[in-house]
Amino acid sequence: MIEIQNVSKAFNGRQVLDGISGKFEPGNCSLIIGGSGTGKSVLLKCIIGLFKPEAGNVLYAGRDFWEGNADVKRDIRREMGVLFQGGALFDSKNVLENVKFPLDMLTDQSEKEKIERAEFCLQRVGLENAAKRMPSEISGGMKKRVGIARAIVMNPKYLFCDEPNSGLDPLTSVKIDELIQEITDEYKITTVVITHDMNSVLGIGEYIMFLHKGHKLWEGSNQNILDTDVPELQEFLYANQLIRRMKNH
Amino acid sequence: MNLLTRLGRYFIFLGMLFRRREKASVYARQTLEEAVLLGIDSIFIVSIVSTFIGAVTCVQTAYNLVSPFIPDYVISLIVRDMTLLELAPTITSIVLAGKVGSNIASGLGTMRISEQVDALEVMGLNSVSYLVLPKILAAVLVFPMLITIAGFLSIWGGYVAGTLTGAITPDEYIYGIRADFIPFNVPFALIKTVVFAFLITSISAFQGYYTEGGALEVGKASTTAVTNSCIAILVADYLLAQLLL
Repeated sequence: MIEIQNVSKAFNGRQVLDGISGKFEPGNCSLIIGGSGTGKSVLLKCIIGLFKPEAGNVLYAGRDFWEGNADVKRDIRREMGVLFQGGALFDSKNVLENVKFPLDMLTDQSEKEKIERAEFCLQRVGLENAAKRMPSEISGGMKKRVGIARAIVMNPKYLFCDEPNSGLDPLTSVKIDELIQEITDEYKITTVVITHDMNSVLGIGEYIMFLHKGHKLWEGSNQNILDTDVPELQEFLYANQLIRRMKNH
Repeated sequence: MNLLTRLGRYFIFLGMLFRRREKASVYARQTLEEAVLLGIDSIFIVSIVSTFIGAVTCVQTAYNLVSPFIPDYVISLIVRDMTLLELAPTITSIVLAGKVGSNIASGLGTMRISEQVDALEVMGLNSVSYLVLPKILAAVLVFPMLITIAGFLSIWGGYVAGTLTGAITPDEYIYGIRADFIPFNVPFALIKTVVFAFLITSISAFQGYYTEGGALEVGKASTTAVTNSCIAILVADYLLAQLLL
């Protein structure tokens, strides 16, 4: 389980996150939603250890990431898999080498074992035929899937996805959501997804945290989000034509 | 950000190179790859520049030495000393700052804005050490080789230009490059090159690594990397001349 307690972050005196708390349970897809510039990505970066919060704690199964020493940080990082917004694939390496990279750097496995594991992960995301292609030769959706394969290659306990649907067509977007949900269920990992995609919210949001101007205004699940009486969340939800029509009917 | 703050960040950046290092085998492989990229791929430009610089130095020296009391072999002596002391190490390094420095800054800048650096960090790797240390090691290893080639080609360029234009005979040229030779000039040139290699790669990597924004900022980082590397080379050139000669 990941627990965040009163996380606050400011840049040049501008408060971006103000006392955010929440719990992300194992085996669940937890979503952090909100409009652009509300601090979702900053919160994710505080959780995965790229930004140090000014205040608050980030606990991984009770271990405080920011209070922990270098060994604690290293251990927690090795239990994480992260899918970045653009995939963040290494341009100089092909798809297989990208997926194999964490194994090369962090394990003492033989080359054969590493290739087998990387090929298994590529197969898991349906890209077994793209192993030798370079990142520049594959589509945006494929890059995301390679990113997911790389994120799960070390058997992580925690999976983080930063806007996995951005820039994708609706069909590919749904496939990526389904893949994330399947992986979460299959390996019982704690998954945290940053998104403002309403399909994702209604499809995979077992726990949803809504951020607005750096504050947490609502939390719940996709079962009760449409019943919200928080005006900012209503505005966010019903900006989508489809949801508005659903509401009107 | 003022100069002192930037300088402070640069030294912290250098300190990060040696913290939490990865396995030696990782650096060995990366260093070889970088040596090809930074060194072998620069041979062509270094050859062209140094050959022509040697040729032009020879022709212009001959043009200026009009006194009948100065023997012709002085032309090649001047070509040799200028090549060893300045043209091969310094001018070639400035050319390399343009080619290699911009390559390093734009490469790292692109990695930064496309979150590849973040991807390394969340894996628990020291991205500075993993990305930058092999570049510095490769440059320190390969640049002296390039400068040796540059020195040879510059003197050869002078020979070809001098003899083809009739400014100097082949025998006089060979005599001149052997006359009054100071052996320390060779290690001096190589010491300068090692310092310049370190400055070019570390300054360019620093600019690229801390790029923020988008494609425009990557371009700016690349330009700043080349400008700052050239200034650092010239300052270091002066200091080394004062210290070692």
